[in-house]
Amino acid sequence: MARVTLIWAALATAVCAPIAVAAASPQLAWRNPVYIAAGFAGIIALGLMLVQPMLIGGYLPGPSTHRARRAHRWIGGALVMAVVIHVGGLWIANPQDVIDALLFESPTPFSVWGVIAMWAIFAVALLAALRRRLGLRTWRIAHMVLAVVIVAGTVVHGLLIEGAMETVSKAALCALVLAATMKVMADLWVWRKRATAR
Amino acid sequence: MTTVVLNRRILVAAGGAILVTGVSGLLLPARAQGLAPTPSMPGGSNNYRKGAPTVDRIGRGGFLMTGTVRRAGDGAPLAGQRIQIWAHTTEGQEHEPQSHGATLTDSKGMFRLEMPQIVPIFGQPHGHLAYDSGEFETVFLRPVMRSAKDTSLEAHFVLRPV
Repeated sequence: MARVTLIWAALATAVCAPIAVAAASPQLAWRNPVYIAAGFAGIIALGLMLVQPMLIGGYLPGPSTHRARRAHRWIGGALVMAVVIHVGGLWIANPQDVIDALLFESPTPFSVWGVIAMWAIFAVALLAALRRRLGLRTWRIAHMVLAVVIVAGTVVHGLLIEGAMETVSKAALCALVLAATMKVMADLWVWRKRATAR
Repeated sequence: MTTVVLNRRILVAAGGAILVTGVSGLLLPARAQGLAPTPSMPGGSNNYRKGAPTVDRIGRGGFLMTGTVRRAGDGAPLAGQRIQIWAHTTEGQEHEPQSHGATLTDSKGMFRLEMPQIVPIFGQPHGHLAYDSGEFETVFLRPVMRSAKDTSLEAHFVLRPV
């Protein structure tokens, strides 16, 4: 029981601590509410990206495989919403810079990574809706490849940004997201190889 | 019928001729041009407002924007040139009028304008500068600060006559 509590508390801390630290950032004083909301939608999306591999890999004690997968799908939907709020909010606050970013014409080195991750997230959502037609195998491979693009793109995007997030808590969350993604990829790979060997 | 005789001597001579004409062709116009004009930077014109007023200081100051304006080719300093400056600062967002101001270069082609502290926005602490008076080609610059704690930033213009 203590172990279960510990794992959930650790996950909650990993996701919420960077958000709390960012909420105390002095940068927020110079920003308008729409820009702040857009920024936090991005931070929350990064946090959700840690929960996703944990759920699908079955690393969280408590929920059954079925319930964990359902939660993974719902959180996937939440990720799409968070990205829409992130990009939409920034667009309202600063349309010219966002249009440059979306057209890959921005001078900022991080926006290209964010835009790639955004399209990969939208692509996963679209493929998820069509997954019955795609077939399970195609869907799984496509989702895994896109998940790598999403995580890599988001982490580079986040690390290169100088914004509300504090450097150490941001780097720690990014490292956890990368580690969890690599672990789930490795586990699914081994599991698949075992399944075909049988 | 003509026979083309290719021997080492001809090849060396031909090669040498190509090298001389080719290399001089590449080098000479560049030397004649001298100092190359500064190209506009991507995103430099974002949140630009035409005709910002010439001011002694933007807002309450505390941050220093400096730079030089020279002529393309001979690099002569250009006096009396109007440079427009704007940024996201502690006193306003990038698009807001109070974040914009203009200044003139002195006899040495140098400009300096005090403005409020620039704070990071859109992921980078950066400023915007424009030359848009028409006598030379318009240039928009977007220099990035090495650290958000910096209290000064510089940008340099080399302008090409229209």
